[in-house]
Amino acid sequence: MPENTSTNSTVKAYQKKKNKDEMKKQLIAFASMIAFTLIAFGIVATESVDKMFLIPIIVIMAVVQVGFQFYYFMHMKDKGHAMPATLIYGGVWAALLTLGGLGLITWW
Amino acid sequence: MSVTATQKRSVGAVLWDYLTTIDHKKIAHLYLIGGGFFFILGGLEAVIIRIQLIKPENDFISAGFYNEMITMHGTTMIFLAAMPILLGLMNAIMPLQIGARDVSFPFLNSLGFWLFMFGGLLLNCSWFLGGAPDAGWTSYASLAIDSPGHGVDFYVAGLQIAGAGTLMGGINFLATIVNMRAPGMTYMRMPLFAWATFITSVLILFAFPALTVNLFLLMFDRMFGSAFFDVALGGNTIIWQHLFWIFGHPEVYILILPLFGLFSDVFSTFSKKRLFGYTAMVFATMLIAFLGFMVWAHHMFTVGLGPVANSIFAIATMAIAVPTGIKIFNWLATMWGGSITINSAMLWALGFIPSFTIGGMTGVMLGSAVADYQYHDTYFVIAHFHYVIVGGTVFGIFCGLHYWWPVMFGRILHEGMGKLTFWTFFIGFHMTFFIQHFLGLMGMPRRYWVFLEDQGLDLGNLISTIGAFFMSFAVIVFIINIFYTAAKGERPSPDPYDGRTLEWATASSPPPHYNFAQLPLTRGLDPLWIEKMEGNGKMTPAEPLGDIHMPNGSILPFLMSLGFFIAGFGFIYQVDHSAWYLALYGGMAFALGCMVVRSFKDDHGHHIPKEELEREAD
Repeated sequence: MPENTSTNSTVKAYQKKKNKDEMKKQLIAFASMIAFTLIAFGIVATESVDKMFLIPIIVIMAVVQVGFQFYYFMHMKDKGHAMPATLIYGGVWAALLTLGGLGLITWW
Repeated sequence: MSVTATQKRSVGAVLWDYLTTIDHKKIAHLYLIGGGFFFILGGLEAVIIRIQLIKPENDFISAGFYNEMITMHGTTMIFLAAMPILLGLMNAIMPLQIGARDVSFPFLNSLGFWLFMFGGLLLNCSWFLGGAPDAGWTSYASLAIDSPGHGVDFYVAGLQIAGAGTLMGGINFLATIVNMRAPGMTYMRMPLFAWATFITSVLILFAFPALTVNLFLLMFDRMFGSAFFDVALGGNTIIWQHLFWIFGHPEVYILILPLFGLFSDVFSTFSKKRLFGYTAMVFATMLIAFLGFMVWAHHMFTVGLGPVANSIFAIATMAIAVPTGIKIFNWLATMWGGSITINSAMLWALGFIPSFTIGGMTGVMLGSAVADYQYHDTYFVIAHFHYVIVGGTVFGIFCGLHYWWPVMFGRILHEGMGKLTFWTFFIGFHMTFFIQHFLGLMGMPRRYWVFLEDQGLDLGNLISTIGAFFMSFAVIVFIINIFYTAAKGERPSPDPYDGRTLEWATASSPPPHYNFAQLPLTRGLDPLWIEKMEGNGKMTPAEPLGDIHMPNGSILPFLMSLGFFIAGFGFIYQVDHSAWYLALYGGMAFALGCMVVRSFKDDHGHHIPKEELEREAD
């Protein structure tokens, strides 16, 4: 919307600040995702953590990364994303149900 | 449209128009033609199966050919007939019902159709190239892996390509309904068919990936030497069954939910009443879809999953009877006290209720895990799923074709022939399949090539086959009806049934290619009916008349699908000779090249100027 922002300088300044904040959040999310990945590889490679703790740690970090992916990179945190969020959680639900069901059948 | 429609166009021009079209109404025509072709093919296969079983120890066709017949009958009817025809109906009607000018991604829509068509053709090429797939439509892995020849390879490649098309269609409908509803058309004002399209698309989106993965695993096992399903090499054949039914159970709801929506619209239109329990109907549809993902193992009770797993899946299965019951009672209550018109569309809807209810009842019987050990793999199962798929889906398709023919083709189907089709089909259907319940209970197993004399199966099978001839007669009458209507059918007004929803509020029949010159303003459920009741008679525009932006047609979807079609042959035959890699890589490169062209070519579509719209309105 270039023609809208050029008409009003306060709107422009506000938009600029918002974009800057948004970029900051994106970079923080991106950096932390890289960090999580490095940590995950690190603790597996060095064998410094017991397997009992290793797996939950990696799973938790994976969940946080997926959260960053959905909420920051795919903008689910912004307004007007109720329907995408519903569908994504629906898909997550269907996938977990399937995996849970298969897991139970196989190992219970 | 009115200008072009009056001019005679050459066959080549029409053909090129359809090859490049991205108009949702023309893509709907293509889906109906493609799906109709495969429906006739699958029907012929069914008749051959029934002729083989007309008498004990018949040798009309050989045992191997019989296996190919049953496999291709099931696969064709579900993937290549029922689903495409449903996608066709959704394409034709859903955008009109929500007051949109097209779907969200018209190019993708066209690509989805052509992938389906080429996938279906690839699958059927197997008949001429050494034999069709013969491991059953479920293609259970242990059998499918050992099946000689290339039949099952065609199944894998054909369904993979067709399935990708279906997935695209589903995603497209989701995006359309979320983003392109006309002003005032809130979710809870959408007609039930639009709701059903939405929920079905969610099912497609979540269920088809399981099939895709499964087909890839089978492809690797058969063509590239992996051993996912090969027990001798440490694989597990049950994985195929799980993945197949994780897809397959939602798939049967994909086949029925759109028709639930359609019947809701039909009952409400021809009873001249608002749909009874609209909100309950919407949430019952959602609940069916939701439960549909946690019942897949009821197809596998006899596999040996153990009593706990079987009990859980049995209870979940029976729970689905609750939302379905809500729907049945709401349809009955919609008709209760209504001013009912019985024409051929309504006849199919009326015939659906008892037929489908019988299918649902036998479904609950099969859902009981203990009893299922008796029914499993007998004709009882055959009877059950034909009662739901024919009694639900096929009745619904005929209902939808009769109801929406004016919207889709600008003609009205002949009533007399429509009624003849209904009655012969209805009688034939119950003759064919009702008796099969008892054949099953008496112990006739499914998929057997012959049965023996004097085991109490002779008469039942004869009756069943005679019923199949009745159904064939009905379909032939319907085809004659189509040609008769095309030649001599009456041209209806845009609203021949005193309709309630927006597909009846267009300027002409069939609608102009931009659907609405001005997007309509929806003021409540059954928007057209509200305007009629308040004396307006037509929709209030929600926008001033202005230029309409429409996308341009493209041949690329056809070419991309052609590329995948050729690559499919490459995949199938590369095990025989490495020269086939040429087809594999060539086809893939061609398809990817088309994608590159599509990505780098700027095509901003065209505008229909305001003046032209004003001229056409006169």
